[in-house]
Formats: sequence, C-alpha cells, structure tokens
Amino acid sequence: MATGSIRRGRFGALPWIGPAVVLILVMVVWPAIEMIRTSFHEIDQTGIAKGWNGITNYKNLIHNPDLPQTVVRTVIWVSVVVVVTVLVSLPVAQILHGKFPGRKAVRFAIIVPWAASVVMTAIIWRWMLDGFYGILNRILQDLGILKEPVDWLGNPNQAFIFLMVVAIFVSVPFTTYVILAGLTTIPDDILEASAIDGANGWKRYKEIIFPLLRPALLVSAVINLINVFNSFPIIWAMTGGGPGYSTDTTTTLAYKISFRDQDIGQSAAMATVNFIVILIFISIFLKVSKWRETSS
Amino acid sequence: MTMAGSSRKRFTGRKVSLTIAGWVIGAIFIAPYLYMLLTALKPQAEIAAIPIDYLPSKWTWSNFTEVWKIIPLAGYIKSSFFIAFSATIIVLIFAVPAAYYVARNKFRGRTAFLLLVLITQMFSPTALVIGIFREIIKFHLVDTYTSLILIYGAFNMAFSIWILSSFFASIPVDIEEAAWIDGASRFGTLRRVILPLALPGLVTAFIFTFIAAWNEYVIALTLISTPAREPLTVGLTTLIGQYQVHWNFLFAGSLIAIVPVVILFAAIEKYLVGGLTAGSVK
Repeated sequence: MATGSIRRGRFGALPWIGPAVVLILVMVVWPAIEMIRTSFHEIDQTGIAKGWNGITNYKNLIHNPDLPQTVVRTVIWVSVVVVVTVLVSLPVAQILHGKFPGRKAVRFAIIVPWAASVVMTAIIWRWMLDGFYGILNRILQDLGILKEPVDWLGNPNQAFIFLMVVAIFVSVPFTTYVILAGLTTIPDDILEASAIDGANGWKRYKEIIFPLLRPALLVSAVINLINVFNSFPIIWAMTGGGPGYSTDTTTTLAYKISFRDQDIGQSAAMATVNFIVILIFISIFLKVSKWRETSS
Repeated sequence: MTMAGSSRKRFTGRKVSLTIAGWVIGAIFIAPYLYMLLTALKPQAEIAAIPIDYLPSKWTWSNFTEVWKIIPLAGYIKSSFFIAFSATIIVLIFAVPAAYYVARNKFRGRTAFLLLVLITQMFSPTALVIGIFREIIKFHLVDTYTSLILIYGAFNMAFSIWILSSFFASIPVDIEEAAWIDGASRFGTLRRVILPLALPGLVTAFIFTFIAAWNEYVIALTLISTPAREPLTVGLTTLIGQYQVHWNFLFAGSLIAIVPVVILFAAIEKYLVGGLTAGSVK
C-alpha cells in the first residue's frame, strides 16, 4: 500500500532496502545455490568437492532403500499434522474468543508451547513417554487402562503417532492466535445483524464467520504446511528418526545422510528435492492468496 | 417474561460450558510444562523411581540453585543471549528503513523485493542447513557466534519487514508532511514521528526475532562444535546423551530458559494478534 512517492532520495530505494537485500542474498539465497550446486558434485567424506558428477547423487538417493518409506511417512506427517492442527485450532480460537472467567490465564497457558523452544518441549514429551519412568504409563496404569508399562517411543509406528501429537501440540497455539486475530477483525455489528436475521449458531458460523476467517485460515494453513514439512527438533530430540530410519521425514533424512552417514552429495540432493517442495508450497500460497493483486 | 428467563438461563449454561472448555484447553497446553516443573523439583533419587511418582516427596527448590553448578547453564545462557540480542539488533537496523521505504513508496523492483521478503519468510534455516554449512566452512566461520547471528538475522528479516511495513503504512502521511513543513529531514521524521507511533510493531519485531534466535536448534547444533560455546537449546539437549541424565537439573535449566521468553511473548500478546494479522493477512 504505497502512498505515493514523496521526497524520493537521490539514490532511490537502494540506501533503504539495500542492506536488508544484501543480507538476505548472502545468508539465504547463497546457501540455496550452494546446496543445489553441491547436489551435482562428488563430495568426499571430509566435505571436499571432487568435481561435477551430473545426477549421480540423485541416482544414489532414488536407490536409497529408506527413501520410499520416508516419502510416504512425510506425506502422512505433513497432511495429518496440518489438517488436525487447523481442525483443533478453529474451536479453540472460538472458545478463547468468548468471554469467560480466567480467559487471560488460559490465553497465557496456550502461549507457552508457542513461545518455548520446540526442542525443550520435545524433551519433556520424551520424558513423559519414557518406557520405564514415563508419567503416561503411570497415569494409564492408575486408570486401569494399561496393565504393563509400554515403551511408547520404542515401536516405530507408535512413536510416529506421538511425534505427530507433539507436532500438533506445538502448532495449535500459533494457528489459534492467527484465527483469533481473524475473529477479532469481524465487527460485532455483523454478528449482531446476523443474529437479528434469525440465523442460528451453526448456520451463522458457516455462512458468515467462516468465510470471513478464510484469509486467516489460509495463511495459517500454508505457514503450518511449510513449518511442519521443515520440522526437525521434535523428531531429532524424541527418536532421532529411529529406530533406524523408521521415524524419519525427508527433512531429518537429509540431515542424517549428511551429518551421520557423511554422504554430503546425496544429502544435498535430498535437501534440494525438499527445497523444491517448499517452493511449490510457496507458489501455491501466492496463487491462492492472490498475492500480486492484494499487496501492491 | 418466560422468554427472557429462558434465554438468560441458556446464556449462563453456555457460559459455564465455555468456561470449562476454556480451562480444559489451558490445562492441556500447560500440563507438560507443569510436569517439567514437578520433575525439576524432585530429588535425584526420585528421578528414576519405578513406578514414577506424580509429585516430589521432598520439594527440592534448591535444584534451581544447584543446577548452575551441575551443568554449565550460565555459559549457555550467555551464548544464547548474546546471539539472540545481536541478531535482533541487526534485524531492526536493516528492517526499519526497508519497511519504511516500502510502506511509503512505489519504486522499480518493489514487487520483486516484496516477493523476496515473502519467500525468505517462508524458509526456515532447516531447509537450507546443508548449503549453510558449506557456505560457513568457505567463510571460515564454523564454530563462531558471527555465523549464527548473521543467519538468524537474515532469516528473521522478512518477518520484521512485513510487520513493520504494515505498521508504517497505517500511519497517515499527513503526520509526516506536517513534520517536513516544520523542516525535519526524512530520517528525522522517521526517528521522531514514525518510530514512536510504530512502537508496537517494533516491540513485536524485536521480541519475535529474539525468541526465534533464542529457540533455534538445528543451525546451532550444526555450526557450533565447542561445548563451551553452545547456546541453551543445544547445550541442554547434549546432556541427554550422557550416561547418567540429571533430568531434574535438565528441566530446571529448561524452565530457566523458557520462563523469560514466555513472559516476553505474553507481554506482546495484545500486539501479537494485531501484528500477526497486519503481517500475514494482507
């Protein structure tokens, strides 16, 4: 929303936006190019480039026996976490938008998982889910639901479900607040007018509130999509992607191939594929949010 | 009469269920951190008790003073604070002029610039960690705070430009024009007129960047190799790899790391909601 160019300086935009652009180019764009370049090079275990090797790294990646399962798991990871996060956040935001005693305290409580470091949140969850000393086993045994303690993170499928639970747990607060912001922008008189029209609660929600929330929902869904796809600390701190590679996503797999298996070329290939996926997510976002029309 | 009565009854019924639902939600989201606190307050012997107890038998508040001796917490905090604060200052110094110019001017390349900002906002450093690592090796900046400060600054620039430019755009141009007529320079106007009005935006950008840098994990894990230089997130998690994990001290340290940022975050709650809509829902 530019309001006309008043008093443009002698050098135009450069002194104003130049420093920010340079920092972004050097620390964000350069690594991206470096990563893509690396994916087409033979890199030895010490990280030294041995020269161009075409698509060999990509061939190695495709033949990586852990790749197919990891791709499937990543699709499940992203879709389940994002969809459940949005579905949970909608009613949570609606409730927190209402007035009730203690609302401030509840809003404070829901900020905590958002503000706290995700890796520390992952560690407390890991401790609560511990097979020997975990509080979840104690609770479930006290309730008579479990007879024997369970090593929740020891079995890949079970572990993966809990990883998704934690990912949802840390994504809901942000999403809730974006939706809350959307709710706040809906003027009270619209709600009052619709109430006078006799629209009942659910109908009013579906036909008036929900459409007005769409921009907020869209933004939070796409940001979640990208964040969840990129999510690293939860998996790394709770299972390390293990046992073996059984709870890895393509993001943690790329890291593991590089920093554990020392195959930097193949890792760069995996990361480049991830990079392209994110670019696709971003372009979808630009398209559905009609970025060009609304921003300039 | 009956209608008014029944509607009031429904209203209070609704209020009760709303209150219960609200409190349950709050309890769910705070519970892991309360358990963190309970574990932090247990004496060492009770950490590995089978079956584990809900509450400490002896509330060992001294864990919060002992923790500084058992793990190098002060060093972690110093690293984290220095890195996060420096990155935040860089972001503000670079983002304020850019955001102001974008909010006030149409110029060639404006769309390209905004697109660059938006795309970097969408990227977390995790996605580029392999490229970052190779670049930092080339720059001979491995195991330095400088590397982390520059990376955190660059990746959080977008959010701040976004938030700030929408704050600046919402300030009427008339106010600036009045200052110019009084003979103020453009920079002077920015400093004395615009920045105070955009204070909520500045605070939001500051706290967001600080917390993002304070909480960052994967880049710090990758680039910092000297244990003494590790920031909180990396330092505390490496303790888990050790033979005997002092979970009580680990969580005491985590709480010391978490509580200040939660309070900072809550302090901008009022602006957070507005700032988020202004920043993301254009």
